[in-house]
Amino acid sequence: MNEVTKIDGIGSSVRRTEDKKFLTGKGKYTDDINRPGQVQAYFLRSDVAHAKIKKIDVKDAQSAPGVVGVFTGDDIAADKVGGPICGWVVPCRDGSATKEPPHPLLAQGKVRFVGDAIAVVLAETAEQAKSGAELIEVDYEELSPVVDFENAGEGAQIHDEVPNNCYFDWELGDEKATADALSSAKKIVKLRVRNNRLVPNAMEPRCALAEFDNLDDSYTLHTTSQNPHLTRLVLAAFMFAIPESKLRVIAPDVGGGFGSKIYVYIEEAVCVWASKKVGRPVKWTADRTQAFLTDCHGRDHVNDVQLGLDENNKIVGLRVDTVCNLGAYLSAFSVVVPTYLHGTLLSGQYDIPAIYTNVKGMATNTVNVDAYRGAGRPEATYLLERTMETAAREVGMDPAEFRRINFIPKGAFPYQTQVALQYDIGDYEPHLDKAMEMIDYSNFEKRRAEAAKRGMYRGIGISSYIEACGLAPSAVVGALGGRVGQWESASVRVNPTGTISVFTGSHSHGQGHATTFAQIVADKLGIPMENVEVVHGDTDKTPFGMGSYGSRSLASGGSAISKAVDKIINKSKKIAAHLLEASEDDIDFKDGKFVVGGTDKEKAFGEIALAAYVPHNYPLETLEPGLEENAFYDPTNFVYPSGTHIAEVEVDPATGVVQVVDWAACDDFGNLVNPMIVEGQVHGGIAQGIGQALLEDAHYDENGQLLTASYMDYCMPRADDLPSFKVGYTTTPSTVNDLGVKGCGEAGAIASPPALINAVIDALSPLGVTDMSMPATPQKVWKAIQDSQSVAAE
Amino acid sequence: MGEISLKLNGELETRDVADNTLLVDFIREHVGLTGTHVGCDTSQCGACVIHLDGVSVKACTILAKQAVGADITTIEGLADGDELHPMQEAFHENHGLQCGFCTPGMVMSAVEMVNKNKDISEDEIREGLEGNICRCTGYHNIVQSVKAGAAKMGGKN
Ligand code: FES
Ligand code: FES
Repeated sequence: MNEVTKIDGIGSSVRRTEDKKFLTGKGKYTDDINRPGQVQAYFLRSDVAHAKIKKIDVKDAQSAPGVVGVFTGDDIAADKVGGPICGWVVPCRDGSATKEPPHPLLAQGKVRFVGDAIAVVLAETAEQAKSGAELIEVDYEELSPVVDFENAGEGAQIHDEVPNNCYFDWELGDEKATADALSSAKKIVKLRVRNNRLVPNAMEPRCALAEFDNLDDSYTLHTTSQNPHLTRLVLAAFMFAIPESKLRVIAPDVGGGFGSKIYVYIEEAVCVWASKKVGRPVKWTADRTQAFLTDCHGRDHVNDVQLGLDENNKIVGLRVDTVCNLGAYLSAFSVVVPTYLHGTLLSGQYDIPAIYTNVKGMATNTVNVDAYRGAGRPEATYLLERTMETAAREVGMDPAEFRRINFIPKGAFPYQTQVALQYDIGDYEPHLDKAMEMIDYSNFEKRRAEAAKRGMYRGIGISSYIEACGLAPSAVVGALGGRVGQWESASVRVNPTGTISVFTGSHSHGQGHATTFAQIVADKLGIPMENVEVVHGDTDKTPFGMGSYGSRSLASGGSAISKAVDKIINKSKKIAAHLLEASEDDIDFKDGKFVVGGTDKEKAFGEIALAAYVPHNYPLETLEPGLEENAFYDPTNFVYPSGTHIAEVEVDPATGVVQVVDWAACDDFGNLVNPMIVEGQVHGGIAQGIGQALLEDAHYDENGQLLTASYMDYCMPRADDLPSFKVGYTTTPSTVNDLGVKGCGEAGAIASPPALINAVIDALSPLGVTDMSMPATPQKVWKAIQDSQSVAAE
Repeated sequence: MGEISLKLNGELETRDVADNTLLVDFIREHVGLTGTHVGCDTSQCGACVIHLDGVSVKACTILAKQAVGADITTIEGLADGDELHPMQEAFHENHGLQCGFCTPGMVMSAVEMVNKNKDISEDEIREGLEGNICRCTGYHNIVQSVKAGAAKMGGKN
């Protein structure tokens, strides 16, 4: 790798090349695109949570002004179009498979959540489509709704294929060894934690624009996707049974994803199908209410934890029993999130000799639950870091020291956990130390005393997290039930004048790939970054790739680019050797020049490019002309970012309001390509985690109505809810990839909720408060204070 | 239906639209300027903020009809040709945007806030942006951007 001092190379905070279009209003999001002759789609959705559909009458709607077509589940069934599929399943404890009920594009015979689509109305304008839909009559036979997922097993059965409303009952680890360890433990710390249900809320609502071309029988779909190639694969191969070449999927500028735009949703598929049916482009744009009702939600777990300690307060065993809510249908990754992306992270940063976990995934009459920033790993971190805090308090140790004595020691890497993963590298004490220094941990008690004088309760809370990202070694994925590969692709084209076009299978929806990826190429080739363009998001232009989620773009997508550039350099050396009449082995590549070692004979990169495309003096008998290389990179292991976040809060006992007064984040992401972008990712993640811990909660009532279906009811973090953040780093480069990078997209959201809740509990600990559930709303905190005072008064 | 005329980024725009057309739809759908975004249906997110006679307004909360004769600036009209407005520059330099969806509204709100109060403090910025939701940045760099933008626009903080 070249020196990090170059202004636009790896390690430099280059300003983003993609900014200007967004800052001037020239971004092109799906809803900004229109096609001549397009019709607008409106989905009639169920307003009851669980019911049989006795009859649908669409007659009046069909003749409503402007209406071009009205379709129901029967029309979809008649054309034999398949529904969304589950991309990863797990085996159950009893040896059976995950139960996979069908998910029709439009309801067939039954509705299973409020928002389930029953019919689509196509009309000249969105308003006409909506008015038309209001004329559809649906006759329901209501069934009793299942909302409380912990007791879903006793509720009415939602799918014929899913007995007891249990999609799977999965386990990992050694149950017997863990039971033995716990029974011999000197102390067992027990805790029950709930991971509240969240709505991802990317600011751009989902949108799709599908067009059918009857000249060559092909479709083009513009859609809000984090992974256009996966979308194409699922639509073409599983839903429509057409060759991939007949469907082009373009995910143009996408306004945030956070997991919610990974999956193929029914609306996109219906638009594709309907575009052929009516012979006109079909557009659908969700409003925010539909986003709340139909985007996959995240989290929604209850975890029972038992942690055993020996006489030295070292952990001897951990058992976690989890029940999670997966909603009305299985979504693409909803099975893997609470299992292999959750159970495998239960060792955290700690040396735990015995671990066992059991996870039950339940069906309910709520919208599907799937990945949301962190996806399984925040849930693992939350239960573990809440338990570590509780254990430290119960044994009377400083929470930082309690963590420290239980950390996997620096010398123990590679470290094999008891839950399948092998951490390649890490060093945990330095980021704990640095975070403590950043927040001035040692003087905290002074600040607490000062706050107390003002009548405020001040608290501090730690969270030391690990995550497995850079998804993923394909063989491991396959062995664990995944139905896809998890490699990433890149194609690097050197143009005749030496400029570069990079085609990546990753997808940027805010992460700044155009900048970061260009930096990697510029650094490796020693050329200015302006000479590198990055193309993504169009299945006609980019190689088949898996897209962006699970903090994989840099570790997997960046590594693929790096490998393709290595191939370019290798081929260039051969060309240079020919031009310089030297042996290939004598050619060194440095700072954009190919030099014959020990001489001043050299060729610039641009000259090599030109020679490759104008091969008049060129080794044509042994080497193909042109300079373009592909790489498919399949990682040998996950990468393991880790870090420590420390939150400091003040609680106002009069109102119960928790104010976040300080935040220190010290993360080990391995090597950083663009620290400015990394820092932005950390900030955004922390904000979402603080949102989860203090403000956000998706709440269904007992009838299955989503009570928090707008920004009036679902509390999004706003600028005045949050502090500025202190961000620092330690570095142990990943050994898994050449770049030594790990991934930073989800870390903030994983680390922050337990830090914050631990801080709130610490603040209220003088009152005897030992627990607090998320979100710690003013009302809940105020009540905890009142209850503690009434206990004290008794 | 009825004819509506208003000034948009210096150009007089006249369209025949339904009486219940929102200003944001007039701008996006009828004139085709798509820099102004729609992120919600309850006037909460601020993705649609524009300047109406110099005042920042959520374009999803008013009817196009109510803006007849007004002088409107959208994000497309903020830069001076190729030269970015100081606030746009500040967002670029301070990484005040990620996916860019909230950005037009953020920038328009920020410009008006600073126009009213050049020496704006960090607390005032956070309070002033209360009506603009961003899911990506955690606001840290947006606040830094607005501070830097204010300084470029002549503020002393
Ligand atoms: S679209 Fe106007 S405030 Fe959200
Ligand atoms: S930059 Fe994505 S919502 Fe603000």
